[in-house]
Amino acid sequence: MTRATRTPPSQAQRAARFVLGRITFYVGSSLFAAFFVLPLLWLTVAPFSTLANLDLRLPDPWSLQNFERVFENGFAIRALVQNSMIQGFGAMLLVTLTATLAAYALSRANIPGTTAITYGLVLFSSVVTGTAAMVPIFLMIVQLGLIDTHLGVILVFTGGLLPAAVFIMRDFVDSIPRSYEESAMVAGASSWRVFRDIALPIVRPGMMVVGVWAFVQVWGGFLIPFILLRDADKMPASVAIYSFYTEAGTPLITLTAAYSLLYTLPVLLLYLFVNWRYGFRFFGGIKS
Amino acid sequence: MASVTFHDVEKAFGTVKAVDGVNFTITEGEFVCLLGPSGCGKTTTLRLIAGLEKATGGNIQIGDLDVTHLAAKDRDIGMVFQDYALYPHMTIGENIGYPLKVRNVPTDARATRIGEVAKNLQIDKLLERRPGEISGGQQQRTSVARAVVHEPQVFLFDEPLSNLDAKLRLEARSFLKHLQREVGVTAVYVTHDQAEAMALADRIAVMNEGRIVQMAPPLEVYHRPGTTFVANFLGSPPMNLLPGKVALDGEPRFVGEAFTIPMQSHVETAVRQHLSDGAQVTVGIRPEHLDLSQDPVSGGFQGPLYALETLGPESLVTLKVGDELLTVRIFSDDAPQLADTVHAAFDPEKLHVFRENGERIPVE
Repeated sequence: MTRATRTPPSQAQRAARFVLGRITFYVGSSLFAAFFVLPLLWLTVAPFSTLANLDLRLPDPWSLQNFERVFENGFAIRALVQNSMIQGFGAMLLVTLTATLAAYALSRANIPGTTAITYGLVLFSSVVTGTAAMVPIFLMIVQLGLIDTHLGVILVFTGGLLPAAVFIMRDFVDSIPRSYEESAMVAGASSWRVFRDIALPIVRPGMMVVGVWAFVQVWGGFLIPFILLRDADKMPASVAIYSFYTEAGTPLITLTAAYSLLYTLPVLLLYLFVNWRYGFRFFGGIKS
Repeated sequence: MASVTFHDVEKAFGTVKAVDGVNFTITEGEFVCLLGPSGCGKTTTLRLIAGLEKATGGNIQIGDLDVTHLAAKDRDIGMVFQDYALYPHMTIGENIGYPLKVRNVPTDARATRIGEVAKNLQIDKLLERRPGEISGGQQQRTSVARAVVHEPQVFLFDEPLSNLDAKLRLEARSFLKHLQREVGVTAVYVTHDQAEAMALADRIAVMNEGRIVQMAPPLEVYHRPGTTFVANFLGSPPMNLLPGKVALDGEPRFVGEAFTIPMQSHVETAVRQHLSDGAQVTVGIRPEHLDLSQDPVSGGFQGPLYALETLGPESLVTLKVGDELLTVRIFSDDAPQLADTVHAAFDPEKLHVFRENGERIPVE
């Protein structure tokens, strides 16, 4: 006759369980966030302390002395404002432009196997990555006479980044409906004009994504410039940061912190500029 | 304004022939609808005219010019795409003016012309907006404006109404008809909607499997469908098609599994001319030419009720005649009172007869 029924949780019980769940969630995610945020916090305060070590504490007193000493290091500053910029922007332009053209061709050409080529490229690039390929790359660059040149560094970076860049760009190009280009053709535009007037503006946000990504990769790349460059005058910041190490190989934390902060600024500024000017958005197709 | 001529045009994708030996001439100022089910080759035919596909055989002429090997940009065509294909990064004004910009029309002249066209299409208040910010109907008008702005030789429409909701579609349809009358440009219009084709076209080309099955004015296609395919495709609901046999012994008649239809004298003459006794035929009657009757009718149909659909101004009554379904369309805003067995009579003048292979026998 009687069926065992479970009493539904009362209003208060349910509320308590909800609050408890929320508390656990917030505490957990705060700990998780702290793990990532602490190094960033350290980076924003440590450069301003003359007594900085690896602890996170507010500088007392605040001081710009670290920066003064960093600016006295002409080698490190030239690396940052000249060499890293040449290599970073050089590779960024080359990667973005070639990747866009290649992606457009791979997406639109009526050639069988373009998808296989795209995926094959990405696969190759992840199999033959930097370190393992360093010796052949070095030999090749020597034979091309590009050793100890910005161009050599830019080309090697470009080669490494292109497959992934083409892959990302192709996704952007593929999502433009072909009818956009077809309607421009019917309207009387030549192929080049169609690319310039229609395809290029629509994939521009994609190019920005790829450009910033390529810049960051080159900016932070250490091994390639370290191996391909000889002349101290051409070293980028990623290598020059080691000039703030003592003879014994321990970092001078005060100066490294100040230089690191300067080192992150261009990337940050580039991101903000691109986001303000173009926005990392995508037009996509009109709802149909 | 120009004519469009196809001579044995073929288009193969690999081994599949999407367009298989199509011939027609569309005269200057004519509005032709390509009508057919999806995959029948109608859109490919349109894209062949536009130059977006290259013919693998035959040749295509626009006016006196052979355009078979001419690029799309050199054909002087205006086209409205199914998804409108408005450029999302340009304003409505820039979109409309694009064909002029490509033709290097100076900015002032361009602005004047854009204003003119936009005003005519009632989108002149939207010129500064972007395609994502206007409604579907407005997008459609913008797309039409962009197609007419440079006064092309030929106008192409690729199912331009299929993305609009039902109410807007009827409005846009009347509007297109009005526009065509006003502008009078040669137009080719692709649709799978037979009502759209009937409403708009000067001539309808019904396509199936890459070929044109029949090309004639709308009422001709409706009253004298050339094949069972056309008969089945046009009309809503489509024509009732029932298999039967010719019986010329005694009183000439069509005999089906569950019906007998006596032949009228003019039908008999035509049948005797084209068919022999015992030949397999398909007889066709449009639902609107059938009527319900209280009592059994000689030469009519009867069978159990299969379905009753009341649609407001009309009702569809479907009965089962042998193994076949027969739909009767009644124009009355009351639901009909039906017994278990339904009787239907029809106007013998409206009978269609087709050979076993689907071809029409001219009985009128």
